[in-house]
Amino acid sequence: MSAGTVLAATPVIQIEWGSLLPVAVVLGGAVISVLVEAFTPPRARRAVQVPLAFAAVAVAGLAALDMAMAPVESSDGAAGGAVTVDPMTMYLQLAIAVSALLGLLVIADRTVQGEDAFAPQASAAPGSEYEEQTRKAGLTQTDVFPLVLFATGGMMLLIAAGDLITLFVALEVLSLPLYLLAGMARHRRLLSQEASLKYFLLGALASAFFLFGAAWVYGATGALKLVEIGAAIADGAGLDPVLLVGVVLILVGLLFKVGAAPFHSWTPDVYQGAPTPITGFMAACTKIAAFGALLRLLYTLAPSLNWDLTPVLWTVSILTMLVGTVIGLVQRDVKRLMAYSAIAHTGFILTGVASFTQDGLSGALFYLFTYGIATVGAFGVIALVREVDPEGHMRGEATGLDQWRGLGRRSPLAAGAFTVFLLSFAGIPLTAGFVAKFAVFGAAFGAGGVALGVVGLACSAAAAFFYARVIVAMFFEDASFGLGALLEGGAAVPKGGLGIAVRTLGLTQIAVAVALVFTLMFGVLPGWFLGFTDELSFLLLS
Amino acid sequence: MTVTAYLALASALFVIGAVTVLVRRNSIIVFMGIELMLNAANLAFLAFSRMWGELDGQLAALFVMVVAAAEVVVGLAIIVSLFRTRRTVSVDDENLMRH
Repeated sequence: MSAGTVLAATPVIQIEWGSLLPVAVVLGGAVISVLVEAFTPPRARRAVQVPLAFAAVAVAGLAALDMAMAPVESSDGAAGGAVTVDPMTMYLQLAIAVSALLGLLVIADRTVQGEDAFAPQASAAPGSEYEEQTRKAGLTQTDVFPLVLFATGGMMLLIAAGDLITLFVALEVLSLPLYLLAGMARHRRLLSQEASLKYFLLGALASAFFLFGAAWVYGATGALKLVEIGAAIADGAGLDPVLLVGVVLILVGLLFKVGAAPFHSWTPDVYQGAPTPITGFMAACTKIAAFGALLRLLYTLAPSLNWDLTPVLWTVSILTMLVGTVIGLVQRDVKRLMAYSAIAHTGFILTGVASFTQDGLSGALFYLFTYGIATVGAFGVIALVREVDPEGHMRGEATGLDQWRGLGRRSPLAAGAFTVFLLSFAGIPLTAGFVAKFAVFGAAFGAGGVALGVVGLACSAAAAFFYARVIVAMFFEDASFGLGALLEGGAAVPKGGLGIAVRTLGLTQIAVAVALVFTLMFGVLPGWFLGFTDELSFLLLS
Repeated sequence: MTVTAYLALASALFVIGAVTVLVRRNSIIVFMGIELMLNAANLAFLAFSRMWGELDGQLAALFVMVVAAAEVVVGLAIIVSLFRTRRTVSVDDENLMRH
């Protein structure tokens, strides 16, 4: 065959830019953001980068909302099927855009002294003279914004990916910026760099597993597009061991990204070490994106698989819930506690996913949105609570549980908001968390997963205990830990000093307030929203 | 040679890479193990592509090479910045966080 005939035989691939708008806007914004970084003077960068990042994500969110409200008829997807365009894509892209906007508010915020959460120059070695100079010069690392935009674009592409290559590339586009962002904290830089290295090495390992699995699935079916793989499996590639190896390896890669046991070991270290605003952004958005990809993969392939994936997913789900709650019970660091809480929640969402019913899917979609928003809000509060030494100097974040004692007295608003988020995580009625948990556990029981549902309920009861411990610490422990006692140095001050909410530009407070409103609104009036996710899951499964 | 031989080689490379990641302490060697795993996946893609007589697998391998290059940039940046802080690249020394 000559080159000419090959060219003639190649169909012209249509790129439907309209359907790709959310992803294209964010990634385009990221590229412009890199150019801004290169061509504007350092002093002017922040003033350009912050509005640019907000605009890109907001436009993407509006585009996704527009398409979600007027769902396209089921199409072959955009870019020759590499990108799936369906209501679930739009819904999850909207969820990511909302969480990313709230995350950006926290990321862009700085204290009244002009300090943001990031090292003045991430390349300067901690403790070096150069670092001291960059600190004195008041440099800011505005590279954060293009990196966040690239990560957000990758997440939006991940949930839309219609073939394994797009899935892999999107996975890397979202992960690589996050590896870097994890290492950029202003305070406790050694922890931050350690988090970055661990996240990178384990993340790259998971990507390698995913990729090797993709190769074997391609070998077994001769197709890379998910729909074609499903069709090929239905045609009889059923119990092929090659296929089995491939699917299992792909699942390992995705379960790593959602932080499910036994692939969760990176979560606590990365959540603790990364700059808190990045932890919030990552915890919310990565979870939505990776679960989106997992849902699409499972619900596209599973119906045609001869062997049942359900026992595998049940085991992973139960293990994840147990690991998250049991180890979470003994944590003494608020960020680490939130990491184990995130692992437990992964398990709860997996119970919905593993039920393989419309109810389960709908519950998981609802759970992802509400959990994402509450997570950004909770980490926003953690980012605000800083150490104050007896001389009144503000330092890094106060993450020790000891340092949170009496916070309700010193910073009632921050402590109150955090309490609402914790109640939602614990699944107390009138919060979004209750409705979400009710939906996924109900689906698990409905699909015959009694063991799954019972373990889920037991674990959420146990998890409620460690959330309650934080609330008790904030409101009911040590009245002597008021700010006055602290400044006089009277009470037994924990190492690093007590935490108190600092004054900032107010962006974090806006993010926390919005997250609070969403959490309560979805808790009190979940009806219309649940109806929406019901409709979505119906469309996906039909 | 049959496709099986290539797949056996790819699997062997993948396992060697995975064992390297799990056993070695030097983060650069660990990273090399990961790159070996990616290349094993590439070899499998190429072998399967040949087996099915189509180009999709080769296309995949090209994408993987680009992504792997990007990963090297990010990975080495992280390792170098850590080395400048600690004067070591051993993953065992990275244990400030409580377990």
